[in-house]
Amino acid sequence: MISVQHEDFDIGVEYESLRSLAVSPGAIVTFTGLVRQIYDQDSESEVVQALYLEHYPGMTERKLTDIQNQAHSEWDILASKIIHRVGELKADDQIVFVGVASRHREDGFLAAQYMMDFLKSEAPFWKKQRTEKDSKWINSRDSDLKAIRKWR
Amino acid sequence: MGRDFEDLVLPDNVSNVAELIDFIKQSDAIFNDVFASTPRILVSVNQVVVSKDCRLAEDDEIAFFPPMTGG
Repeated sequence: MISVQHEDFDIGVEYESLRSLAVSPGAIVTFTGLVRQIYDQDSESEVVQALYLEHYPGMTERKLTDIQNQAHSEWDILASKIIHRVGELKADDQIVFVGVASRHREDGFLAAQYMMDFLKSEAPFWKKQRTEKDSKWINSRDSDLKAIRKWR
Repeated sequence: MGRDFEDLVLPDNVSNVAELIDFIKQSDAIFNDVFASTPRILVSVNQVVVSKDCRLAEDDEIAFFPPMTGG
């Protein structure tokens, strides 16, 4: 399952949903990404007041489904869920959720990390930061590209 | 680039993504500026990221965007 949504999510509800969906899971791994208290990439002194998350409707759902299918073919997992929020978010807000139910913990850990790594570099989401002065798009990080190379 | 979408009728000499980029750069100064000032622009055709030698067909949906920054 995947969901691209404006609303917040409840990881307790998501955990229970994975628990009931999967037949006899031995492990459930969940990852939640939060909006950090961040600073302007250029000035490094100005606090970002809000993040605006834009995406490419259609392609986003398609790419997240591809990433999820790939994880299911690589590891022995029983059920998984990806949630990504869009729209305006503030520091400490939840932004992304990945949950995996599996028979054994190793498949769960690896599949969750795989989905997060590919989501960051290949799913069409873009962050725009707003400071007191202006708004601008955030640049991608080389470390995110490195993160997906390790899987190849 | 300041717009969400645009319908284009392609001339006969545009058959792939690289030729499309040349064509829109010549026909619109905004595209020219954006391509000149942006270090890395990704292209998708029908919602799949492709390389610049990807061939184009009628009714293709083509998008240009910077590297993704979600998560």
